[in-house]
Amino acid sequence: MSLGNIFDIAGSGMTAQSLRLNTTASNIANAETASSSTDNAYRARKPVFAAIQQAMLNPDQQGFGTSLDEGPGAGVRVEGIVESDAELQMRYEPNHPAANEDGYVFYSNVNVVEEMADMMSSSRSFQMNVDVMNTAKSMMQRILTLGQQ
Amino acid sequence: MAITFDKALGIHEHALQARVQRAEVLANNLANADTPGYKARDIDFRAMMQKAQESVSGLQMATTHHGHMDTSSPGSDGELLYRNPHQPSIDGNTVDAQEEQSRFMRNAMDYQASFQFLSSKFSGLTKALKGE
Repeated sequence: MSLGNIFDIAGSGMTAQSLRLNTTASNIANAETASSSTDNAYRARKPVFAAIQQAMLNPDQQGFGTSLDEGPGAGVRVEGIVESDAELQMRYEPNHPAANEDGYVFYSNVNVVEEMADMMSSSRSFQMNVDVMNTAKSMMQRILTLGQQ
Repeated sequence: MAITFDKALGIHEHALQARVQRAEVLANNLANADTPGYKARDIDFRAMMQKAQESVSGLQMATTHHGHMDTSSPGSDGELLYRNPHQPSIDGNTVDAQEEQSRFMRNAMDYQASFQFLSSKFSGLTKALKGE
């Protein structure tokens, strides 16, 4: 019986989605962050998800997941966080304290509308994983009552 | 006559196990709903049940040579297949979250049905033992 695996899978999904929500929060908070150079300007951050294969976790396991391609998988992990290479907003604001010698200020390349959509998507996905975990829990509770009158 | 659980419980034990495995695969699909390049998978329940049926009924191929492989060993798992996507997203992900969620729910209900059957088998055994 591998009902316990479902908890791990749904848990990894929740971790990944909450990290995605974290990057979204950081992006929205820094949407109006100004900087005097392109190097220091805030760029939108996006997590990259990848599937975990069971064969990666225990390579000597026989049966259900022997080869890397055949296993049922064991959830999701965050492979890394990449910065968006969209163009920065360059504004001419000579009175800004962070303006460079030409009078330009570099604002972040965060697209707030995109971030809001991302936020909704990740909160829905989080909810979905919670539902899965709840169902797995009730399945497990039921198996504990096996043989009882 | 010896009482063996294998004979008393019949197919339901295998069905319950198959349901748990399918739940695991579907949960994994849902966890990877936003993973680029992830391909949704599912278990062929019919093939799994057929295998279990063969192992329960005891109709297996005889092995007369050490090189013969037992293709229907009990506990061997059904084939993991890839799902045909209706509308794959542009990043190569083929998980349809709503569909997977409904499948997961339905699988949980089927699990409950299998469990009910298994549970009544046990209560039947208890009744027989008590002689009520």
